[in-house]
Amino acid sequence: MKLGMKKIFALVAAFVPAVALAAGGNVHLDEHRTDLHDTASLQRGAQTFANYCMGCHSMEHARYNRVAKDLEIPEELMMENLVFADKKFGDRMTIAMDQVDSKRWFGATPPDLTLVARVRRPDWLYTYLRSFYEDDSRPWGVNNVVFKDVGMPHVLAELQGNQVLGTALVEEGFDTLTGQPIMVEKEHVLYIEEEGTLSADEYDKLVYDLVNFMVYMAEPIAVERERLGWWVLLFLAILFVPVYFLNKEFWRDIK
Amino acid sequence: MSQNTNKIMAWIDDRLPVTQTYEKHMSKYYAPKNFNFWYFFGVLSMLMLVNQILTGIWLTMQFTPSAEAAFASVEYIMRDVEWGWLIRYMHSTGATFFFIAVYLHMMRAILYGSYQKPRELIWIFGMLIYLALMAEAFMGYVLPWGQMSYWGAQVIISLFSVMPYGDLLTEWIRGDFLISGATLNRFFALHVVAVPLVIVALVVMHLLALHEVGSNNPDGVDIKKHKDENGKPLDGIPFHPYYTVHDLVGIVVFLMVFCTVLFFFPEGNGFMLEYANFEPANGLKTPEHIAPVWYFGAFYAILRAVPDKLLGVIAMGAAIAVLFVLPWLDRSPVRSWRYKGIVSRIYIVIFGFNFALLTWLGTQPATELLTLIAQIASVIYFGYFAFLPLAPKFEKTKPVPERVTGGH
Amino acid sequence: MSQDGVNKARRTLLVGATAGVGAVGAGFLAVPFVKSWMPSEKAKAAGAPAKIDVSKVEPGAMVTAEWRGKPVYVARRTEDMLNTLEGLADRLKDPENANKAQQPEYADNLYRSRKPELIVLLGVCTHLGCAPKYVPEVQPQPFDPNWQGGWFCPCHGSRFDLSGRVYGGSPASDNLIVPAYMFESENVVVVGVDEENA
Repeated sequence: MKLGMKKIFALVAAFVPAVALAAGGNVHLDEHRTDLHDTASLQRGAQTFANYCMGCHSMEHARYNRVAKDLEIPEELMMENLVFADKKFGDRMTIAMDQVDSKRWFGATPPDLTLVARVRRPDWLYTYLRSFYEDDSRPWGVNNVVFKDVGMPHVLAELQGNQVLGTALVEEGFDTLTGQPIMVEKEHVLYIEEEGTLSADEYDKLVYDLVNFMVYMAEPIAVERERLGWWVLLFLAILFVPVYFLNKEFWRDIK
Repeated sequence: MSQNTNKIMAWIDDRLPVTQTYEKHMSKYYAPKNFNFWYFFGVLSMLMLVNQILTGIWLTMQFTPSAEAAFASVEYIMRDVEWGWLIRYMHSTGATFFFIAVYLHMMRAILYGSYQKPRELIWIFGMLIYLALMAEAFMGYVLPWGQMSYWGAQVIISLFSVMPYGDLLTEWIRGDFLISGATLNRFFALHVVAVPLVIVALVVMHLLALHEVGSNNPDGVDIKKHKDENGKPLDGIPFHPYYTVHDLVGIVVFLMVFCTVLFFFPEGNGFMLEYANFEPANGLKTPEHIAPVWYFGAFYAILRAVPDKLLGVIAMGAAIAVLFVLPWLDRSPVRSWRYKGIVSRIYIVIFGFNFALLTWLGTQPATELLTLIAQIASVIYFGYFAFLPLAPKFEKTKPVPERVTGGH
Repeated sequence: MSQDGVNKARRTLLVGATAGVGAVGAGFLAVPFVKSWMPSEKAKAAGAPAKIDVSKVEPGAMVTAEWRGKPVYVARRTEDMLNTLEGLADRLKDPENANKAQQPEYADNLYRSRKPELIVLLGVCTHLGCAPKYVPEVQPQPFDPNWQGGWFCPCHGSRFDLSGRVYGGSPASDNLIVPAYMFESENVVVVGVDEENA
């Protein structure tokens, strides 16, 4: 192993995606505690998406004005920061990248992401975006533990830093006598070799916000749907009262 | 006011038997007074039929039935059409609840022998409705043109290739050399117009056949055997008002469950709206795991349990066909399971749970263990129908009362 | 089944209560179905206000834009063109904008516009909907020996002056419609909204 033990320990000790590859089995996914009521988080996620993802990935089923309304972003701010080229406020969020070109460059056309959170689910997305690692055999120099041989480059690498998949010391429990953490050497562990502009904590938060935003985009009506649901159930509960007593009243006739 | 209403009704009745029909089927239709929980599901099925038709018509106003635009048009309904999302979820949740009601409705018939003479034809019409409903639901699921729409269609239509002239037949069904827009378009026409008409017609026949002989009841007792001096069954009560108000209670409770799912779990954890279907259809990329929507699970499990393709299709077909002849397999002298022998009673319970197990198995990947379980469950399923004609030979039934028990 | 001792009052109350709450529910249920017929976001986006840059419109020239699927004419009128408007009253069907539905308040004047030199009109003939042709030159025309400039509809021969007012003898009976519009800036006209109703 090339790096000093201390450095590895420091990086691995906390907040590394708990990715353990069972022999040929499924990847463990970290939990994404989706919170669609956290408007600030959704706004940050929208910003990240616009800055890092929208160059290649459209969200063609969504419209800017709807996103602005739901995320409480004023029109001018939205147009300035999140709407590019000559798109209008009411337009759908399509992109300019040519599909033939992108297929050539990436091997596959970067898919539209409006609904990806409903297909892959939040836990998968959250883990995926934090599980890229260095792999010189791949065209973009990266691979991904959750999505083997993915054709996508690690767009957020400047933020996360350079992540590597290898053998490292991982904290596992405490020595009850000394109070010191027990370090175990584990294989197939992801750890940051070179730090990016964000700490591990900050990066996780960024990805959390981004995935939050993507969950919102997949079903913008979700929050309203649940809100209405309570009122509908309340109404039915109220309706139940006369209906129940009406039935009871008529069935008095029956012996 | 009432006098004028009477005059108007008289004018209409002279030309169209409205009052007579109303009396025959509602206010003077005498139903047994001991209906229980299991007797709600007929009316609940009708409620869901109305729901599907109403929401379906509204979806047709905004949906584009072409391979190029179908997927996007569904998202258009979900986002750009005012309240479109609600109409869509009412339709998708409605499909699930339609089947929940229909399965419980069929279970009632099995519990109480409602298919036995003289109600065989009601059962046959019901089975035809069930078949039509499965075709309707299958075609409906293809319309959004997601990955599961496409590949589900691919799998099911390819089953037809085991039949004679199979390749020609599948090409004819698809209208193309592969599942394509041609398939989508014809499924749209069938799903929106043809099959709903067939279902409505069958429901009418189903109800007419029922009202001709009268309803069964949990005791399996024939209430027409004991009538009062006016010719009314002693244990019968007019459907209206007693069962109209009774059904209202059932409807409200059912709607509470329905709305809970609709507003809080519209995807049904992937059992109702499968996750893969949120990805547009791609003929070049097969999903890891092709599963039908839950309500087809049992027959799909039976299909997969048999390792041979042709035999699997035959087994699946037989599983449905055997239900048709249930009235002639059940040779028990008593209708209701309440009065059957202990073995029959246990087997009926096992049958119910076994069908639920098969349903779940059909939605899971076919691992070695699950396939083995599915094979055992398939044997249990068919075993029931083999058991039925044999049971009366060795079972002692309990004496059936002359008058109904329970009720109010 | 016994009908003795039936409390008719209680039954009526319960039937009424059920029917009442049920009717409210039916009303709520109808809302999504009715409202889903309203223009969708797609229609609203397409029907959104149109911005027109008029900086390059030469004096005497007209540009055609589109709003809600209809042609919008924006013409920059010269001093001479504006001077023709005064004396036409007895040749026109509605010289004083008596039909208020054809223009917003700020266009209810001789020039039928906010600023005299720029006129904004819907290029839809008020007869049967054809797009009238722009004939600004003040010279005799085959359809009018005493033509003072304006628009001529080729479909059935309706004539309009340089304020879009309809001439007598035309099959059309109303002046061309002035849509809601405003100046977002010196050179940008926004058709479809105005400050008064923003």
